[in-house]
Amino acid sequence: MPSTLFDKIWDAHRVAQTPSGAQLIAIDRVFLHERTGAAALGRMAEMGREVFDPARVFAVTDHIVDTRPGRTDATPMPGGEAFITQTRAACRAAGITLFDVDDPAQGIVHVISPELGIVLPGCTLVAPDSHTCTQGAFGALAWGIGSSEAEHAMVTGTLRLQRPRTMRVSFDGALARGVTAKDMALHLIAAHGASGGAGHAVEFAGDAVRALDMEGRMTLCNMATEFGAMAGFIAPDAKAFDWLAGRRFAPASFDGPYWQDLRSDEGARFDQEIQVDAATIAPMVSWGTSPEESLPVDGQVPQGSQRVHDYIGLAPGAQLAGTPVDAAFIGSCTNSRIADLRRAADILRGRRIAPSIRKALVVPGSMAVRRQAEAEGLDKVFTDAGFEWRMSGCSMCFYAGGEGFPEGSRVISSTNRNFPGRQGPGIRTHIASPETVAASAIAGAIADPRDYAPDGSTQAEEAA
Amino acid sequence: MSGFPQPLAGRAAPLMIDNVDTDTIIPSREMKTTGRTGLADGLFAPLRYTDADTRTENPDFVLNQPEYRHAQIIAAGANFGSGSSREHAVWALAEWGIRAVIAVGFAPIFHANCLRNGILPITLERSDVAALAGQQVTVDLAAQEIRSASKTHAFAIDPEARLMLAKGLDAIDLTLAQMPDIRAWAAADRQARPWIYPEHTA
Repeated sequence: MPSTLFDKIWDAHRVAQTPSGAQLIAIDRVFLHERTGAAALGRMAEMGREVFDPARVFAVTDHIVDTRPGRTDATPMPGGEAFITQTRAACRAAGITLFDVDDPAQGIVHVISPELGIVLPGCTLVAPDSHTCTQGAFGALAWGIGSSEAEHAMVTGTLRLQRPRTMRVSFDGALARGVTAKDMALHLIAAHGASGGAGHAVEFAGDAVRALDMEGRMTLCNMATEFGAMAGFIAPDAKAFDWLAGRRFAPASFDGPYWQDLRSDEGARFDQEIQVDAATIAPMVSWGTSPEESLPVDGQVPQGSQRVHDYIGLAPGAQLAGTPVDAAFIGSCTNSRIADLRRAADILRGRRIAPSIRKALVVPGSMAVRRQAEAEGLDKVFTDAGFEWRMSGCSMCFYAGGEGFPEGSRVISSTNRNFPGRQGPGIRTHIASPETVAASAIAGAIADPRDYAPDGSTQAEEAA
Repeated sequence: MSGFPQPLAGRAAPLMIDNVDTDTIIPSREMKTTGRTGLADGLFAPLRYTDADTRTENPDFVLNQPEYRHAQIIAAGANFGSGSSREHAVWALAEWGIRAVIAVGFAPIFHANCLRNGILPITLERSDVAALAGQQVTVDLAAQEIRSASKTHAFAIDPEARLMLAKGLDAIDLTLAQMPDIRAWAAADRQARPWIYPEHTA
């Protein structure tokens, strides 16, 4: 009987049935970060429990580490240093590989895990971070968990789970010029809701997905959690295998029947199917306080709940484009990879951000991305345009206290969440692609990136 | 962890907003220690306080109202607990005294976190949640039903989750009993997929 990719990975990892009916699923990789790593490891030590296989557990400092050059263990977040030092000590005691503050491989967990070949096609990978689904771009089953489940996975090498339902979202056809993976994700979530994927493991498929580069695929899978899905993933192809081959923890090559079988069979049945015509997708920007409240950039704000209109300060019928912004942010596990920075730099090259922009920053997703960008001179493009050029980390994708945007700011942001207060108390966040952030920073107002494109090429054409 | 109250009775605090995220339940800046405690004071800080720094209460917020100040049950909208996977959101709710959340729907990680911390997440149709919001209700885990003065609502929960909640069982202890199966599986898998098992580098 034809199987879905999800079925194949799940069934291959089923260790046992529990007496009460859940399934024990083997977990190949656990990745911790300093925000919750110390809590999980500390509790394990308290309970006298040990890591089942420390060689398959990794940790990084990304969430609250400082992103200003010359950083140390000190972090702008009040009390933040303790999270870093305690996570370091706990990793050492448990024998876990840590990519520390000063490690050349440091970066956001979902950026460095692929860079290091820690995530692999067909593997199961969990992390106490909701955007772990990003790593599904490589054909892995990767999802976010809480601290208790992280302990469970570390101690037993498994999780106790109920099998989710399966969904396939097919983006058929080709993207229009200036439209990116971020826009695909926001289009889908706007159409089907922030809980549209609830209860499901979602496979992204179709011509427009295959045409994406690996960075674009990671962006699309990253937003699966904003769709309410347990996980999002894409069947690995030559692009995925070539991207990973030979990386530090990856095999030198991916030849062989195991790798070739990592795809949904012809005729495989999904519990739910969604079809999207990729050609109808426009550059998207969020207007409200949930990713589902997103619009084509040239659209008008619809009628939402009064509390959302009050928070975001936009009335029904308002034009999104032209709304003045005070700050700009390029970074986060959604859009901080080298391809994201290249596309934003293409728009900023030879231009300056508007004088009304009070804070603009670029935070590369990893130190490797930062080095690559500097080798290509992108840092100069950003700083010449008026952006700050940072060390890698999660930074102001969320507000942890200590460093924030000016009070009351409206921020155009390449991040994944526009929740009330997400980027600071009272901050109004509009999520969009890096090129839309760049265009809006130049305009000083929400702008259509197609009006600022350096040439007519699209991401899909570049990838093809 | 103690077993789930049999039964749990009280007034369901109405919080009928969709997409209440974990940043709202416990903001990142309220997570001040690396442990699991000391979080109740920051619970729902953005809604609960007009000024979080001075802890000035917002009298309009449901949990600040006398009849809900000691509520153990919340009635919520769709996609409750969306956003960050931080288990601190559930720890904060549990520390404050919440034992059950009746919602139109939950984000999956939050749902799993509830079950690991003695909080019963119940999903019902929107009209049913709305009917229960603000009412005196009895949550009966064994019978899988919620009773109010006007109606009884059945709810679904998987058998393992029900057992673990009812008895206050630790999932890790349960799984440790199956370690022989797990070790055997891993030994065989190491032969089949050697690339999954790196040499230790720490």
